[in-house]
Amino acid sequence: MIAQSTIADYVAPGVDWFALSPYLVPAAGALVLMVVGALTPTWPRGLYAAFTAACAVGAGVLSLFVWDDITDGAPGTLVAGALSHDTFAHLVALTVLVATALVALVTDGTLRGTSGDGPEMYALMLVAAVGAMVMGAANDLIVLFLGLETLSLALYVMAASDRRRTASGEAGLKYFVLGGFASAFLLYGIALLYGAARSTNIGEIVEYFQTSVPTERNDALVLAGVALLVVGLGFKVAAVPFHVWSPDVYQGAPSNVTAFMASVGKAGAVAAMARVLIVALPFHRDDWRPVIWVLAVASLVVGSLLAVVQTDVKRMLAYSSVSHAGFLLVGIEAAGHRAGEDAAGSGLQSVLVYLALYGVLVVGSFGVITVVSAARGGSSDLASFDGLAQRRPVLALAMTVFLLAQAGVPLTSGFVAKWGVIQAAVDERSYAVAIIAMVAAVIAAFLYLRIMVSMWLKPADNDDAVAVPGLTAVAVGIAVAVTIAVGVYPQWLLDATDVVSQYAR
Amino acid sequence: MVAATGSALAFPLLSMLVFIPAVGALAVTLMPRRRPEYAKLTAAVASVATGALTVWATQAFDTADDGFQFVSRHPWIEAWGISWHLGVDGISLFLVLLTGLLFPLAILGIDPHNDDPARDKPYFAWLLLLEAGVMGSFISLDLFLFFVFFEIVLVPMYFLIGGWGYEGRVYAATKFFLYTMVGSAFMLVSILATVFIARNNGLGYVTFDLVELANEAEFAASTGRWLFFGFAVAFAVKVPVFPLHTWLPDAHTQAPTAGSVVLAGVMLKLGTYGMLRFGLYLFPEAAYWSRYLWLTLATIGIIYGAIAATMQKDLKRLVAYSSVAHLGFIVLGTFAFTTQAITGSVIQMVNHGVSTGALFLMVGMIYERRHTRQIAELNGIQKVAPIFAAAFMVVMLSSIGVPGLNGFVGEFLVLIGSFATARWWVVIAATGVILAALYLLWAYQRVFHGEPDEENATFRELRWGEAMVILPFLAAIFFAGLYPKPMLDRIEPAVDALVERVAEHTDFEIPTPTIAGEDDR
Repeated sequence: MIAQSTIADYVAPGVDWFALSPYLVPAAGALVLMVVGALTPTWPRGLYAAFTAACAVGAGVLSLFVWDDITDGAPGTLVAGALSHDTFAHLVALTVLVATALVALVTDGTLRGTSGDGPEMYALMLVAAVGAMVMGAANDLIVLFLGLETLSLALYVMAASDRRRTASGEAGLKYFVLGGFASAFLLYGIALLYGAARSTNIGEIVEYFQTSVPTERNDALVLAGVALLVVGLGFKVAAVPFHVWSPDVYQGAPSNVTAFMASVGKAGAVAAMARVLIVALPFHRDDWRPVIWVLAVASLVVGSLLAVVQTDVKRMLAYSSVSHAGFLLVGIEAAGHRAGEDAAGSGLQSVLVYLALYGVLVVGSFGVITVVSAARGGSSDLASFDGLAQRRPVLALAMTVFLLAQAGVPLTSGFVAKWGVIQAAVDERSYAVAIIAMVAAVIAAFLYLRIMVSMWLKPADNDDAVAVPGLTAVAVGIAVAVTIAVGVYPQWLLDATDVVSQYAR
Repeated sequence: MVAATGSALAFPLLSMLVFIPAVGALAVTLMPRRRPEYAKLTAAVASVATGALTVWATQAFDTADDGFQFVSRHPWIEAWGISWHLGVDGISLFLVLLTGLLFPLAILGIDPHNDDPARDKPYFAWLLLLEAGVMGSFISLDLFLFFVFFEIVLVPMYFLIGGWGYEGRVYAATKFFLYTMVGSAFMLVSILATVFIARNNGLGYVTFDLVELANEAEFAASTGRWLFFGFAVAFAVKVPVFPLHTWLPDAHTQAPTAGSVVLAGVMLKLGTYGMLRFGLYLFPEAAYWSRYLWLTLATIGIIYGAIAATMQKDLKRLVAYSSVAHLGFIVLGTFAFTTQAITGSVIQMVNHGVSTGALFLMVGMIYERRHTRQIAELNGIQKVAPIFAAAFMVVMLSSIGVPGLNGFVGEFLVLIGSFATARWWVVIAATGVILAALYLLWAYQRVFHGEPDEENATFRELRWGEAMVILPFLAAIFFAGLYPKPMLDRIEPAVDALVERVAEHTDFEIPTPTIAGEDDR
């Protein structure tokens, strides 16, 4: 088909600018920052951050309008089948945009007044956000790869952005090498899948498997492709055993960038994994589901256990984010039982809701860490949290809310997220993985308790003045409000996201 | 047992029992830091108001009704079939009352010894939040709601032990939190499985409503047993049933006095209450099937707790181990499945709360005066503080179960009620009563009798303020011991209904009261 088409046959696809606006606004914002920022002297008083947050919020509002359009009409595809036009994509987009806005506010607190302040960081953030959104919306494996690379390349630079600390450069390099490695796996997987299904378009791949007689299928190619895709995406998700980069990178990167990686990076990666496995490969669900099961259990157990023995708070949260990835995989595993059917269960919804809630939580957590470690000259050792409650009771209380939420204590958003995933798993009778996940959550709770003990029950061993910049306080405040509001009254979120399982391809 | 409102109330009584302390906790938190004295005042007002409502509820409770009363039901998370469904029956009524009365006493009567008055604020906020959680657990008729409350109580308790406890507090608090959470992990999966299996077998829709699930859902025997065990693990940790009890001595000993009183008084009952409400009621077949396991563990707990208590050198730890023994009796009665035994268990839950709560309170007073809990360092207190010693004596005798005091009523009903269905376990368990006399009287002898040495000669007599806190406990001990009828009247109908429910779903036959020896072989 492709060989036969010539330039003459080419018809430019229609472009629905409104439907694309949530992707275009941050991209345009990044360009404005780069161009105008380069031509003008340093912007005063956090204007970079405000502009970035405004772009993200504006795109988020547009995304909500588009969401409304989709639920009123029907999901479809955009730009000749390159992007999906569905609520799945826009829930991921909203997750990414909210997290981006919050991280922009936190970043201002870190960078303002230092030599690192400038438009570059914010431009990279917006570019990365577009990448993550495209990963969630991709309806073509090549587009998905483009999104992934856009996100990753921006993240590599961001991780290495703190030129004053060698750890930052090391983190960037490590992330770059291992990330490149993962991208290669992913690309090879896409190639093999193309070889089998004769297309990279998700809609056409599904159609191929629907119509072709099993004997025609090139199953070895497909299975090898699926395996490589899972490896590549597993790296990005930081699932065990592909997680080894994450503690070093999380620790080495500046805290605000870590916040971005843990929220936006994870959202993009998990959304891409859900796209590839659930949307594109429902016909091979029985092949990939056991693999995801193993990855989920390994991530849960290893992530929780290794988190407990760390002494650096950022490393702790890095391992805990591996454990959270395990929870997300539990949801994907649950969605795998009936992927592609009409009554697909709530697995996909639970995964995307988990991502959204975790994104806010983790930005809040790292927002607090940013402030505390800044007072310690960039060290995020557990000891730097000693006696925080005496020095900064409100900050300690906010961190406690985040930690309890990550532990899954009721009346916080973390509980709603975990409940959703476990519910989806139990609904599919995956009792074993549900129990393992809950026990892993208890192990991880020990880690959160350690931080709380340090904050509340240990005497302050120093009187470092912990300064809380205004915009960081706003970001942390918003995160706390969301965490508690969703925890107490999750009904609206569940109702609104009920439609995400009606995806397009 | 379909929810029938005893009295159609426009006033959401039970919701208020949760909201008043919760709002109180919020108010205390938001209070300006410069005026710590208002923290205690607010806490006192909130807890007394809650207590007054529970007293009113007990008085207004319809003794002829074996169903749930004062029911309040509102949709909460409709997408998941979760509702705000509250109600009390005879089984939970007195636990609610106990919670309502214990907290004002703990808040007003026990000084947290904060060096820094600013620490009063979090202390009272945590206590009120704890009250809201405990109260909610006892009145929830929705599995999700129950789980939320059951889990939320961990957080305030963790901070109370960790923040205001004694030397080993961080270890004890963490152990307490993690042990309970492991149990809850199984319960959460079990709750979800129950709901989805019920949907697939007969119910047709997703609901977490306890009454609907109990009435409509049918579980295959093997399924029900798995589900029951998921719940039972969580409750067994909370009770605690031997061998899952190891968190308890640490938590009790290291907790501040108010924490110990609340922990022993009401929090352990979350486990035994849960066994009745979510074990026997929801899974009668599985509970009956596994009864020998529980009877055996309960009996081991009774004997083991008593022996361990005898060996303790620390007075507070001794009381903690005595709790293990006492809760063994409650579990024994629960799994004997007769009306008398279960009624005895419910009464014993309340009694243990009163007696052990009072014991912890008085041990706390001893520690305040002497700054030690070591039995070896205490002696001759009776000589210098006779009133204190007398009050301690009464509380201790009630804990032993001397006739005329509250402990006797519960223990006697448990033993006599269990005799028909669990004879040999009762024979062994009854020796636990004697052992209780041994370890408590021996401890009393060592601490109170003899000539006081130099350090104990200055032991201060009970003050008026302290007496005012002890007095309600003593009143409850005598009242329940001498005139238990109002309690029995309210508890029995609900227990009868529960026992009939078990008999309906199993081959269990309710033993008919016979003249001794008639059907003996």
